[in-house]
Order: sequence, then C-alpha cells, then structure tokens
Amino acid sequence: MSDLEKFRRETRAWLEANCPPEMRRPMTSEADTFWGGRNAKFSSEPQRVWFERMRDKGWTVPHWPTEYGGGGLDAEQTKIVRQEMAAIGARQPLVSFGISMLGPALLKYGTDAQKKEHLPKITAGLIRWCQGYSEPNAGSDLASLQTRAESDGDDYVINGQKIWTSYANYADWIFCLVRTDPTAKKHDGISFILFDMTSKGVSTKPILLISGYSPFCETFFDNVRVPKSHVVGTVNRGWDVAKYLLQHERAMISGMGERGVGRPLGQVATDSVGSDEQGRLEDAMLRGQIATFEIDEAALAAAAERAVDLAKAGQAHPAFSSAMKYYGTELNKRRHEILMSAGGVDALEWESERSRGGARPRAWLRTKANSIEGGTSEVMLGIVAKRILDLPGA
Amino acid sequence: MALVLNEEQSMLRDSARGLISDKAPVSHLRQLRDAKDATGFSRELWKAFAEMGFSGLLVPENFGGSGLGCVEAGIVMEEIGRTLMPSPFLSTAVLAASALSRGGSDAQKSQYLPKISDGSLLAALAIDEGAKHRPLQTRLQAVRSGNGFRLSGDKAFVVDGHVADLLIVAARSAGKAGEREGLTLFLVDPKTKGIATERTAMVDSHNAARIVFDNVEVNADGVLGEVDQGHGLLDGVLNIGRGAVASEMVGLSEEVFGRTVTYLKERKQFGKLIGEFQALQHRAAQLYIEIEITRAAVLKALQTLDGDFANAAAAVAVAKARAGATATQAVQEGVQMHGGMGMTDQFDIGFFMKRARVCQELFGDANFHADQLARMKSY
Ligand SMILES: Cc1cc2nc3c(=O)[nH]c(=O)nc-3n(C[C@H](O)[C@H](O)[C@H](O)COP(=O)(O)OP(=O)(O)OC[C@H]3O[C@@H](n4cnc5c(N)ncnc54)[C@H](O)[C@@H]3O)c2cc1C
Repeated sequence: MSDLEKFRRETRAWLEANCPPEMRRPMTSEADTFWGGRNAKFSSEPQRVWFERMRDKGWTVPHWPTEYGGGGLDAEQTKIVRQEMAAIGARQPLVSFGISMLGPALLKYGTDAQKKEHLPKITAGLIRWCQGYSEPNAGSDLASLQTRAESDGDDYVINGQKIWTSYANYADWIFCLVRTDPTAKKHDGISFILFDMTSKGVSTKPILLISGYSPFCETFFDNVRVPKSHVVGTVNRGWDVAKYLLQHERAMISGMGERGVGRPLGQVATDSVGSDEQGRLEDAMLRGQIATFEIDEAALAAAAERAVDLAKAGQAHPAFSSAMKYYGTELNKRRHEILMSAGGVDALEWESERSRGGARPRAWLRTKANSIEGGTSEVMLGIVAKRILDLPGA
Repeated sequence: MALVLNEEQSMLRDSARGLISDKAPVSHLRQLRDAKDATGFSRELWKAFAEMGFSGLLVPENFGGSGLGCVEAGIVMEEIGRTLMPSPFLSTAVLAASALSRGGSDAQKSQYLPKISDGSLLAALAIDEGAKHRPLQTRLQAVRSGNGFRLSGDKAFVVDGHVADLLIVAARSAGKAGEREGLTLFLVDPKTKGIATERTAMVDSHNAARIVFDNVEVNADGVLGEVDQGHGLLDGVLNIGRGAVASEMVGLSEEVFGRTVTYLKERKQFGKLIGEFQALQHRAAQLYIEIEITRAAVLKALQTLDGDFANAAAAVAVAKARAGATATQAVQEGVQMHGGMGMTDQFDIGFFMKRARVCQELFGDANFHADQLARMKSY
C-alpha cells in the first residue's frame, strides 16, 4: 500500500471516529457556522466537540505548517482530507476570513513576528478577522481608496471610512487598505495594515440588506493609532498584498456554494412539485433546468479539483481564480433561482415558523451578492480578458 | 489521480499534435470534401496512425496493441478535434476495439484485435435507427434461424459504415423497443448477402452511412457477448465513445476559440482593435471559462472510465452534455465575432461549426444526457 493510500485509510478512520453525526448533516442556516473569535459561541455541543478535535489535530487548516497550528500536510494529503470529509458530508469545523484570506497573505508577505503572532490564533479560532477594502467611492475601482494613514512617530494615525465590511460588528481585528502616500500614483501609495477593532476611534454601523440580514457594516476610523510594525509587506506596496489576498478570496467565494451538500435539487423539487407515473419530475421544464444545472455543477467541481492539481503541477495561471469566482457565483445564483422555482409559493413565506423564518427566500436574496462581493462578475470577466486572454486594454 | 496529464500523456499529446497538425490541417478535410473523395479520409494517414501505435491504443497488449486507456484515446481525439481530421480512429480504434476487448470471446479477439491494431481492419458500430440517439429504442430484428440469427431492419448514421470491413450491429433479439433486456450485439461482415449500404454525405464532410439489413444471416459465433444481454456491453462501449467525442469537442472548441481570440487582436474597426470592446471581451472571457470547466469535466470522465468503469455513467453524461453545449457556444461565437468573414466557405471557421453540430448529435446530445442524469438521480 502506498503512503497516500495508508494516509487515506487513517484519515477515513479518524474522521469516522471523531466527526459527530450531527456535524455530517447539511447546515440549516448560517448560525450553524462556527466563526471563532473572542466572543465566539458554539451553537451546539457537537459543534464544539468537532471544532476542538479538528483544532487539536491541526486540521482547521490542514495545509499550514504545524508551528502555526496547522496540520503540516502536503497538497496531496490535503486533497485527501477534503475528499474524505466531503464523502461523509462533514462540515467545516471553522469558517474564517483569517483562514481563507489573511492567512495566505501573511504566509507570503508577513514578517516572522507577524506570523507567530497571528497565524496560531487563526488556526485556533481565537481571533475573528474582517476585511477593510471597499469604500463608498472605491468599489470596483478599489485602488482609488481614500482612507488616510499619516505617519506620527512609531504609529500611523488612520482616518476615513470603509463600507460593506462583512461582520465588522463581530470582528476582533481588521486587515485594512490605507493610503500612506497621497502623492503617488493610485496603486503605488497604498499600504496593507492590521489592527484591533477595539482600538480607540473605530466604530461600525450595520447595513440592512434585501435579505433582511445585516452582517455588513459601514466602518469609521477617527484618528485610530496603529503601530507601524502592523504593516504587512512593504509600505506603499500594499496593493501587491491586496491582490494576492483577493485571489484567495475569489477562490473561497467560488467554492462557497452548497455544492454537493444538502438534499439534491431533484428531490427538493419532487417533494413540492410531484412526479409522473414514470417517476419523472412533474414539471418537465424544471426537470431539464435542474439536470442542466447539475451537469454544470459537477463540471465546476471537476474544474475546482483540477485548479488545485494544476497549481501543484506549477501550471496554474494566477488569474484563474477570477474565472472560478465568476462561474461559481453565477452558478450559485442559478441554484437558488431553481430552489425558489421548485418551492413555488411555499418559498415566498418570509416570517412564518414553517419556513424557518423565510430561510429559503433570504438565502436566495443573499446569493445575489455573490457576483458582487470580492469583485463583480464584470470585473472578473475583465481580468480574464486582459490577463489570461491578453486582449488589448481599453 | 490528479486531474492533469502526466508526463507520458503529455508526450503522447505532443506526438499526436505533431503528426495531425502537420499531415492533416483543416485544408486536408477541405481537399477531401472538394474532391468528393469516395473514402472520405486518407488511408495513407491511417497507416501512419497505425505506425505511431494510435490504432492499437485501446487494444490489449497480448493482441498486439498498447493497452492504454480512455484518457489516452481522449488525447488523440482532442487533437483530431483541433484540425477536424477525418479518420476511422473513433469507429475502429475506440469503439470497435473497446467492444471486442470488453465483450469478445478469445476467438473473436484473436481474429479482429490484431488487425485493428495494425491498421488493416476498419470497423463500424451500427446503433442508431431514428433521427435521435436512442439505443434502447433499437428495433432491428434478430430472429433465431438454424444455428444463428437473421437480421432485418435499418441503421442510420453509421460512422464509417461505407468503408468498414466489420460491422458491430445492435439488434433486438427479444422484448420491445424501449426495453433494456433483449438486445444483442452481432459481428457482421458487410459483404454478407442482404446488406445494402448507402454512404450519406454529411454536413461536416465526415463519413456516415445508412445500412439496410434484409434477412441477413449471421452465425451463432457472430454474437458479441451474450444473447439478449447486450445492453450492458453496449452501454459501456457507448460511454467510452461519448467520452472520446467529448474530447474531440474540447479540441474543436479550443481551436475555434484560439482562432477567434487571435482575430480579436488583429481586426480593427472604429479605429480600434475589436478586442478592445468590452462587450466582446466579456463574451470571450465567458467562453474561455466554459471551455476550461468543460475540459476538467471531460478529463474527469475519462479518468473515471479508466479507474472506475462501472460507475462512470454520470461523469460521462456530464462530460458529453457540457462538451456539446460548449462546442455549440464556441462555434457560434466564433462565426459571430469573425463577422461576415465567418460566413464564407473560404474561411475555415464554418467547418468547425458543422463538425460541432454532428458531434453534438453523436451518441446523444446535451438534452439526452441531461435526461440520463436526471434518471440516474431518480427525478
Ligand atoms: C454582501 C457583500 C459583502 C461584502 N463584503 C465586503 C467586505 O467584507 N469587505 C470589503 O472591503 N468589501 C466588501 N464588499 C464590497 C464589494 O467588494 C464591492 O461591493 C464590489 O467590489 C463592487 O463595488 P461597488 O459595490 O462599489 O460597485 P461598483 O463598482 O459601483 O459597480 C457598479 C456596477 O458597475 C459595474 N462596473 C464597475 N466597473 C466596471 C468596469 N470596469 N467594467 C464593467 N462594469 C463595471 C460593476 O460590475 C457593477 O455591475 C461586499 C459587498 C457585498 C454586496
């Protein structure tokens, strides 16, 4: 038996013994996600058990070095852990912007001290991070951001406003883009800096979304003092860090759909629409839509798998995450259109108990942000056109 | 298994690409079409294919082949798709070789497989009868007679049927159209009395034939696999063929797309390169993404056929459906973005459009496979 087969056998056995049955069922709402942080609460005992076992094994982030609390696994082994988790429908024990966004950027651009300080707290779920990129007048054109950081001795003093900061009101720390040189060309005067959300001068105000949720905030900085040692990478070269992080964010968002989790769409539809004598979904057009959707979904899963294998083989294009982000988010929107269509009028209930507080329509509305957050679909297509296809610039 | 080609597979791709792009660019197909060539492909090139070992790719080593898998066959098909090279590779090296090595008796294997491998025998699979691919609807009758059977009925869209030295025919030996039970596969010599073959010139200038069977006598030793139980074998062989055609469509899509992107970077209108227009940039980017995703799905299907044959049906349905839809999009955008040039016969792009339409129909279009998938998932 090869080492990898042995590893697979051991992984399977370990997961079998350690993943509580409750953590192998599809999530029913966002509250089922464990985000970590100083004020983290577990929504259930099995959730706590599952998180702690995975943390102790280093598998909240299997591929990070063990010295930071990761599992120290190589790409092949990480793939096996993912596959075996997927095979039993195991949930992610910890979801965090620290893992999917900041961590990769710190591993590449952080100082030793920054890595030692922050990475172990991310793997252990102790600090919850938020992302301070967008501003009211800097969305797709992010590099036009205006939040200023002025040098004052060993500190920067930060003033300005961010918007759309997801979970800023729950987050402990922020990774933030600030302008450190207002005279430079727009991409050249930006720095990437980290600070505590409890710092004096930081305040947040939630934004209500069409889904009725408000996990997004306006975030204000009023003379916030941050030590200069908190800059990641070179001062005024923050755009490099920001872009690198965005690649990871986009890869994360493209995989965010409930692919392969939850009841299969065909069954969900059969439950509400019914089927004919031959066992086919009563609504032939809907049946066709679902099947076509599932074909695209399976193909995207293969592409996601291939993207990892290409990266490992050194054949990946750095902008490919934009391609995946585009397709993954458009597909997830399609999934929710189908779910709404399959549910018919039942899916329109907004506040009843039966509808679990309108879970389905709220989730449907939430997915509309998928093709906006982390860079819009139009921006993704622009990146693919210019960077991958090398089409002439406008 | 990693979803990328390994070193040997990359080498195979390079050698196939070298031979095919050198000896059979699109102009090769154009010449055959314009000459109304009776064979429809170059026998000389087929010999070169055999010498390179391509015709015996799926033939087991003990019958003179190289015993490789569907991934490797897909690699060659993809290169064929890039230049639209007409060749009996699909009918003979992929379909017939698989049918015989999966279902043949030792005698049948030793009789045919070495000849497929050395390029001296051409074979064709005769399945479809109606306008759409519906293998379970097979009606061609096989009636027991003496120690064998008598076949009567019609087959359509028999790829390479007019040049085949051996036909593999799906017939109904029992049951009714639509039923899984009662199908039998037969090995038939096309020169047998009662067979009438008409070559049908197809839109894509590739080969296909209509074949009429009128009380054609076949010996019991012409049965491939088991009597009445041919469906499993047939379905497996068709899945291999579907994976192969999906690969051809990936090659075709990529080639048309490459030509289109090149054009976007060359053609000027309104004082700009047309590739500067965002409306076209975004459509090009979308198409690129579709092709990449389809490529992954097709490779996944081929790897599953090689690694877990019994459970490959869903992955194959996904691959064939995706590839059909993607190729359709690729050729339509290709013609559109070339403007009026794209509509001219003098320009090659139309050849891709025609071939894509044929590949879409071959062994089930995107709707057929969506339906299959829905059935597999019970809705
Ligand atoms: C739910 C949600 C969560 C978010 N979370 C965060 C977060 O945690 N942190 C954070 O910093 N930001 C976050 N964002 C912000 C997000 O990154 C921005 O909304 C996004 O980048 C788009 O910017 P905008 O909203 O200003 O739209 P705009 O840039 O004003 O775009 C408006 C429209 O114009 C189109 N457009 C713009 N430029 C072009 C172009 N060059 N070519 C073609 N079309 C173009 C866009 O595609 C879009 O359709 C979040 C957003 C949402 C909706």
